[in-house]
Amino acid sequence: MRENIHRFFRAARGAGVLVSPAESIDAMRAVAEVGVSDRAILRDTLLLTLAKSQDEKLALGDCFDLFFSQPEPRQEQPEADSDDSPQDADQSPSSGAASEAGGGPPPEELGSLAQMLLSQDRNAIAAAIAGAAGAASLSDIRYSTQRGIFSSRILDAMGLQRLRDDLDELTVTNPALAERLRAALDALREAVRDTVAQGLALYAREEAENLRNEILRNAPLARIERRQVAEMRALIRQIARRLRERYSKPRKRQRRGHLDVRRTLRRNAAWGGVPFLTAWKRKHRDRPRIVAICDVSGSVAQVSDFFLLLIHSLHEVVDDVHSFAFSSHLIEVSDILESKSPEEAMAEIMSKVGFGSSDYGSSLVDFEKEFMSTLTPQTTVIVLGDARSNNLDPRADILRRISERSKRLVWLNPEGRLAWGFGDSEMPRYATFCSVVRQCATAQQLERAVSDIVATYQ
Amino acid sequence: MADQKPSIAIEAVESGLAAQGYIASRQIATAVYLSQQIEKPILVEGPAGVGKTELAKAIAAWRGMKMIRLQCYEGLDEAKALYEWKYAKQLLYTQILKDKLGEVLGGAQTLHDALNQLHDFGDVFFSKEFVEPRPLLQALEQPGGCVLLIDEIDKSDAEFESLLLEILSDFQVTIPELGTISAITPPTVILTSNSERDLGDALKRRCLHLHIGFPEQRLEERIVESRVPNISQTLRRQMVGFIHEIRSLDLKKLPSVSETIDWARVLVLLQASELDTEIVKDTLNVLLKYEADIEAASPQITTFIAKSARSNVFG
Repeated sequence: MRENIHRFFRAARGAGVLVSPAESIDAMRAVAEVGVSDRAILRDTLLLTLAKSQDEKLALGDCFDLFFSQPEPRQEQPEADSDDSPQDADQSPSSGAASEAGGGPPPEELGSLAQMLLSQDRNAIAAAIAGAAGAASLSDIRYSTQRGIFSSRILDAMGLQRLRDDLDELTVTNPALAERLRAALDALREAVRDTVAQGLALYAREEAENLRNEILRNAPLARIERRQVAEMRALIRQIARRLRERYSKPRKRQRRGHLDVRRTLRRNAAWGGVPFLTAWKRKHRDRPRIVAICDVSGSVAQVSDFFLLLIHSLHEVVDDVHSFAFSSHLIEVSDILESKSPEEAMAEIMSKVGFGSSDYGSSLVDFEKEFMSTLTPQTTVIVLGDARSNNLDPRADILRRISERSKRLVWLNPEGRLAWGFGDSEMPRYATFCSVVRQCATAQQLERAVSDIVATYQ
Repeated sequence: MADQKPSIAIEAVESGLAAQGYIASRQIATAVYLSQQIEKPILVEGPAGVGKTELAKAIAAWRGMKMIRLQCYEGLDEAKALYEWKYAKQLLYTQILKDKLGEVLGGAQTLHDALNQLHDFGDVFFSKEFVEPRPLLQALEQPGGCVLLIDEIDKSDAEFESLLLEILSDFQVTIPELGTISAITPPTVILTSNSERDLGDALKRRCLHLHIGFPEQRLEERIVESRVPNISQTLRRQMVGFIHEIRSLDLKKLPSVSETIDWARVLVLLQASELDTEIVKDTLNVLLKYEADIEAASPQITTFIAKSARSNVFG
């Protein structure tokens, strides 16, 4: 049982629940306390000791059910082969001799595996598969491409070689028995394949997910396939959550060295002004002020989804965010983003200004006319867009004024550097007024860019 | 035998808590049992008003122990949570003992001698008499053990969490001047959190993690039954059914168990025999705490009442 629980810990790690050695010790102690006879209590116990959040509890619960349902399919599988064999037996009576399934002890000279299969001892077979799976260290399986090699390893460990020899011999001496053995072997192969598949589901999940996420993080946003969009959204939300955790709670920072006389005197009034306790001046930090201007025109339609999602999460991290969206003219979208869920907000913004042909010039004019007052010397302005203005007047002079009024101007462009300045791209002209211009085509670049912006205020 | 015992013991926990008016699910009872057996704190998470704090009170009442409560807030530090030196008393004593000190030190010829004599007194002014124990230290000093409730740990700073680690894993605190103080009887520690911020892994690792969500309909009916005994069975079913419908809405703050109980009391006070649109409209502000939520729920009232009445017939 101890062995089993340890394997369950591995499976739990596969399911994305981080189980440290200390936690596994605690869990073992708890399990020793409650025993293993009542599955519901065991499940509750493991959930209590191993999982550290609601998500982990769900994942671990699923994992538990999968893990401890394992013995059943193993038993069913040999059952399947016992189903097969009676049919064989039904056919063979005519041939007489080796009939009666399981009857007539298998010839002595056969190998142990062949004897086991012929006597159809289900439990022994299941145990042998489990043992061989342990010997082949099935819990190390990571990728689906490894299924073949693990199956053959398990079969080898069970003594497939000897079985083959026996089979060759029997084909000559006792064809009927050989036929039965062959059928049993097929069933065994199937059982092993199922075991391996289950092992993969149990132990390899985390690795596969990490790999997939890694690929997704580095995939260009504009080239993401439709089926991946949902996963991408989840990933961006993860990024947003990370940002929020890192930056939403201002860390207390004291600068020792400057005595706050007023507070020190007051705090020590109780003992006659003798300064037992000292109070220090705190360093004043700028509160983040961000103005985000997001292009939602047709040319960046696929990327703007993710941009808006990120701005939405920015609203949650930073108190003072004003956001604007434009294609041919510009509107403020702060309220929409703040009051609605990401999906609703995006749909509403897209229906209001989305998918038009972009006109950076007139959008900047809109901004200067109505919203210039949102800029303060502490503001960071983020522009998300490809700077393709359909050969209309780019009005870079307005961008210059925006840059002069704000602390920084960051331009995030989904296009590669190579494309800047070609066709109708006005990037080089705008770039002169920007503090930073970054290419921002993948989720990873997006995260870095935003993290840098928020970090400057810490 | 060892296999048989736990399930009985867990049931004993369940009925013990029930006797205090706390209807616990199986999972809660298992957590309480385990925390006792392997001496680990329980970290309880869940939405506001599902009975996290109440659990600690029920355990204390059931075991007949004292409950010591530490309410966390931003800026809570060790002086308020752990211990503090009684500065005023120290100062006062030095003043009073001034003459005595002069007498004792009078024999010393040189400054060096006087200093040596002073050293011989030991740390008179930093002894246990001058320590003001705060909740955490108090909890360790209870001879008969106690239930220590650290409420809303997520409201405190990250630094405070680290301060708790020593207490949570070894049930001891270290005061530099006095040394390490261990618990006489390890207290039962309950931490609650509303998940306002993610707690550190180090803290989570030291605790059993228990998540209390909204209870199932049956369980909630039992809770109402134990808390508001004089409500009729039909009304109880109806109102719990109604609340479960409300929880399916997308609201800013979903009504939780405490609101259910409040509402049951209100309905009894108003002597309602069954739910109707009129009375629900009048008392909806007991359940929902935001104007926007009330507006969102109002149009659905009639449907929900009908639904809960229907489930009543079949249930």
